[in-house]
Amino acid sequence: MTVTKQDLVDFVYAEARMLDERRFEEWLTLFAEDGIYWMPLHHDEPNPKLVTTLFHEDLLLLKTRVLRLMGERTFSQQPASRCHHLLQAPMVDRFDPDAGEFSTWASFLYTETRADEKLFYTGWVMHDLVLIGGELRIKQKKVQLIDCDAPHRNLQLFM
Amino acid sequence: MTYADPSDLVRGGEVHRDLFVDQKLFDQEMSNLFANCWVYVGHESQVPKRGDYYATTIGSQPVIMVRQKDGTVKVIYNRCPHRGVQLVNEGHGSVGPMFRCPYHAWTFNTDGSLFGVPVKDGYKESGFSESCASHGIEGVATHVYRQFVFARLAREGIGFEEFFGESLTTIDNMVDRSPEGRLEVAGAPLRYMHYCNWKMLVDNQTDTFHPMIAHESSAGTVRKIWEESGAQGPKPMVVEVVLPFTAKHEFYVEMGIRTWPNGHGHTGTKYSIHSDYTLPKEYTDAMEAAYGAERAEAILQEARHNTVYFPNMTMKGAIQTLRLFKPLGPDRTLVESWVFRLAGAPDELLERSALYNRLINSPTSIVGHDDLEMYERAQQGLKVSATPWVNYQREFHPGERYDSTQLWSGQSEVQMRNQYDAWVKFMKPAVSGEEVQA
Repeated sequence: MTVTKQDLVDFVYAEARMLDERRFEEWLTLFAEDGIYWMPLHHDEPNPKLVTTLFHEDLLLLKTRVLRLMGERTFSQQPASRCHHLLQAPMVDRFDPDAGEFSTWASFLYTETRADEKLFYTGWVMHDLVLIGGELRIKQKKVQLIDCDAPHRNLQLFM
Repeated sequence: MTYADPSDLVRGGEVHRDLFVDQKLFDQEMSNLFANCWVYVGHESQVPKRGDYYATTIGSQPVIMVRQKDGTVKVIYNRCPHRGVQLVNEGHGSVGPMFRCPYHAWTFNTDGSLFGVPVKDGYKESGFSESCASHGIEGVATHVYRQFVFARLAREGIGFEEFFGESLTTIDNMVDRSPEGRLEVAGAPLRYMHYCNWKMLVDNQTDTFHPMIAHESSAGTVRKIWEESGAQGPKPMVVEVVLPFTAKHEFYVEMGIRTWPNGHGHTGTKYSIHSDYTLPKEYTDAMEAAYGAERAEAILQEARHNTVYFPNMTMKGAIQTLRLFKPLGPDRTLVESWVFRLAGAPDELLERSALYNRLINSPTSIVGHDDLEMYERAQQGLKVSATPWVNYQREFHPGERYDSTQLWSGQSEVQMRNQYDAWVKFMKPAVSGEEVQA
């Protein structure tokens, strides 16, 4: 597959739509086997392993979350949460087809609702993408919230 | 202003619902309970140098923990005695040699005493020296125990050693787990907003009957995925941390509970969900070098589950986490979850503590989601006035006493009863109570 910059942008949009449409199991397939979903608790977070983070999750944990969302006794999902991603056009920060490595950056507004509660989050999402078997996969998705260190309510879905 | 005799609201293993929903009673907790008790403020490592401060709250009261010229740490109120402006905003910083109010430039030494008022002539015949403001910033009784800073707002009251007694052994164990006998706060705390009463969170720390039920969706799913993968080889850190939450009732019964006077207590007297963590050899070697083999083993075998430091702090010595339940209103609680680094220990231990904090205590935590759902449903359910009493009678025996150290079976609700016994005791009016009104 020859990757174009537009392919990267399309990937980021398609991923957000997948989450909005609650196609979570399909979403998991977008990650490389060693892919990470990271949401820092700090601005300029140093080593995410040596401080607390909001998310720093591998596929095992992401799979756990997705399975749990569907569970019969997942009381915090009765009723279920809904989410909405509003993305600014992603910018391509790194485009290296020879190495098969790409990075994008996008500004977002995210809304998560459950019953009568509506939560708004604002931040930037940075995708590190790689080519695996000719397909783009997520090596790391980093979500930097503008108020990462604020007191948050339950955040149950994915930004 | 007194709502009722607090002792009318706690009886034989039952607690009145007003403790969770009533605004006047909450105000009375702020003016009395949170003034009479020694409340956790912060950790010395947050203010390493002279003039370094950490601004926070004790109950409803804004306070500052600040490092003094002589190296000690003191707690003072965060209020300029002039017109009430907070001298610093919440969080960390440094004031250098003195506080300077940003409104009219009154200055104060770091112990709160008044240093200077600009253009003092304006107060020449005002009777200023008799004023409240002339005293400077009010200080608070402060006690530092092995780097942990506590304060008591009431001018008179129970002493630190008498209040905590043998419960300090949990802090000892956490600090002793450092080969250098020293801890450092590692990074910012998680801050998690709960729409429920602060006491529900404290109750839940020693509620060993809920993990296998309320956390079936989170910990149960980890177990399922691990077993479906064949459960081969060394357990990933995540599995090692979460799997014990699915343990059966017998595990928790056998684990045991210890209560101490004044509302303190802990689960896990014999072992706990933290007992079977893998420890790197580099660390056990460092511990043996520091303490000798026998003592090092004793320190590491003491793996208490949750220790409640009444009223609103809990600690896990075995994993170096601390949680503070900050009351904001009868139905509002800010939960802060902190992680500590053991000085002289390899990073792998801090990595597990940070991972534990994120997996269990975070607003993104699936375990946290399970718990918060229960608290908030309870906060709503307790609106039912037709059923005024909340039940805590599991393994209760009338005449039960809490005035000495005692051991109990691990699924008893005895530690919660111990807390409510202390709640009645410390709800009496505080000395100088009117000065710490909510």
